[in-house]
Amino acid sequence: MEKFSTHIGTAVPLRRSNVDTDQIIPAVYLKRVTRTGFEDGLFAAWREDPGFVLNRPAYAGASILVAGEEFGTGSSREHAVWALSDYGFRVVIAPRFGDIFRGNSLKQGLLTVELPQAAVETLWDTVEQSPTTTVEVDLAAREVRCADRSWAFSLDDFSRWRLMEGLDDIGLTLRHEDAITAFEAQRPSYGVVVS
Amino acid sequence: MSRTLAQKVWDTHVVHRANGEPDLLYIDLHLLHEVTSPQAFDGLRMAGRKVRRPDLTIATEDHNTPTDNLLTISDPTSRTQIETLRRNCAEFGIRLHPLGDPEQGVVHVMGPQQGLTQPGMTIVCGDSHTSTHGAFGGLAFGIGTSEVEHVLATQTLPQTTPKQLAVNVTGELPAGVTAKDLILALISKVGTGAGRGHVVEYRGSAIEKLSMEGRMTVSNMSIEWGAKAGLIAPDDTTYAWLEGRAFAPRGKSWESALDHWRSLPTDPGAVFDSQVELDASSLTPFVTWGTNPGQGAPLSASVPDPESFSTEAERTAARRAVEYMALSPGTPLRDVAVDVVFVGSCTNGRLEDLRLAADVIRGHKVADGVRMMIVPGSAAVRAQAEAEGLHEVFTAAGAEWRFAGCSMCLGMNPDTLKPGQRSASTSNRNFEGRQGKGGRTHLVSPAVAAATAVVGRLAAPADL
Repeated sequence: MEKFSTHIGTAVPLRRSNVDTDQIIPAVYLKRVTRTGFEDGLFAAWREDPGFVLNRPAYAGASILVAGEEFGTGSSREHAVWALSDYGFRVVIAPRFGDIFRGNSLKQGLLTVELPQAAVETLWDTVEQSPTTTVEVDLAAREVRCADRSWAFSLDDFSRWRLMEGLDDIGLTLRHEDAITAFEAQRPSYGVVVS
Repeated sequence: MSRTLAQKVWDTHVVHRANGEPDLLYIDLHLLHEVTSPQAFDGLRMAGRKVRRPDLTIATEDHNTPTDNLLTISDPTSRTQIETLRRNCAEFGIRLHPLGDPEQGVVHVMGPQQGLTQPGMTIVCGDSHTSTHGAFGGLAFGIGTSEVEHVLATQTLPQTTPKQLAVNVTGELPAGVTAKDLILALISKVGTGAGRGHVVEYRGSAIEKLSMEGRMTVSNMSIEWGAKAGLIAPDDTTYAWLEGRAFAPRGKSWESALDHWRSLPTDPGAVFDSQVELDASSLTPFVTWGTNPGQGAPLSASVPDPESFSTEAERTAARRAVEYMALSPGTPLRDVAVDVVFVGSCTNGRLEDLRLAADVIRGHKVADGVRMMIVPGSAAVRAQAEAEGLHEVFTAAGAEWRFAGCSMCLGMNPDTLKPGQRSASTSNRNFEGRQGKGGRTHLVSPAVAAATAVVGRLAAPADL
């Protein structure tokens, strides 16, 4: 995973709540068995509308998505994170995220930042008025800055450390392989064995 | 110290605990399907890793599979994904129930029916409806592909301790009101984000009276209000359902398991972080009108006025939903005509669901212009239903009797809505385009689905 420290970029205002993972990437785009190229499915249905915000030239090259509450609810498809990353997003800001989506994003180095609705509204207004305005997302300081405003956000220390170091969870877990083996030795005999 | 059911299951699975880190939990059972696993297997190969416990891992094919035949997957990309799963399972020594196998089916129907899902277990799958398995009193939750790879490699997952939420469902469901109506009404009451960060326990007299199938329907939709998992305490209903199934313990092992299972229910005095109350006796058949599972109303109500909602976010979402669904505020829900009725999915594709739908439609005909699809949740459910003659009830009514799979629950296989078509569906998500691009979905119970098929508009069995 690529290390994440501070990201500065322009932002897309997505004034919608309950953006579920079926909207982020419809199921028909989940059939690929490889890990790349999912940007074609990102918001596929909505992008057919020429007026959709992502189609507006003013937001070309933006790397921060600012959305309404309950972003990423629904399916566990990590493809939703891949689609956002493959399209070029490094950060999604919203008042609240679906839990599975959030977990997936942090494992893939897509930083999901929770800010209050009022902050999201301010960001929407700002980047709608001036799409070239940059937003700075400082993971070390856990702060979002835009124009003359700034907002603190919370992220647990462990997740922040993993993101800043670009660490792979499997490698971290395998430090405890002896504990896993010891745990396995004392599992109850009535437990399910498939094969 | 008094603990909840979920805390007990959690505590018995902690492999490693350290301050400032998530707990490392052992996973008892890992379910796989073709969609969320290929990149995980690739990750293993690239790192030179093996599957740590193929004996605790099982796979089936469900999302991409056709339900009109067992031989031909006509879409080449779907076929590639299925073939990739087959290759991966062969390479890593994982048991697979492929298309055509007697145990093939929707992953969350296939597991419980074989007795693989038992109280007190930790169960994961790269699918958000893994919460279904919580109906047996285990901790079961959906994971992403990175986590699938993690479990394959280590049989563990790092997990941050969730909050505990109790849903107390008092009273008794009135006749004709089902577990699906209960969970739809609950989600509509609390909203799609209310369970976020929580593990939920459904409790109370109405839950205790539910069959295992009904409990699975309730636990299944936990994710639709944001909960990580939805547990129900194991009891005699659970044990009776499990006993004798292929993977259930036998003899002395059964007795040992029972001793453990009986120790699992939440202790008196255990503290939940929050509670939700619902009176089951006040419930009536419930349907959704919008594009998230929280946008629902009693069937007897009308399409709401988006301006009647209390927050701007809700008003905006409702305006958009009503427009997408091509509905007018004030229209009685019973006046909404449908094109397709779908009975199936991990929410309502079990034998009891098919029996319920068959009981309603027996002796009636599917309305002109309506297509009704009955898709058993698994090949085994299909065989059981046929042994009971349910397929004849459905086909006599003019419904299609199909093979097992996820089918029209999600637009990944040939069973999809056409743009502009409207369905009454026993599945779990009414998101825009979920059942096919431009399709419009009303979530309903199997009983409402069957009545709707007969009337041609959203209807309850009492309307027939």
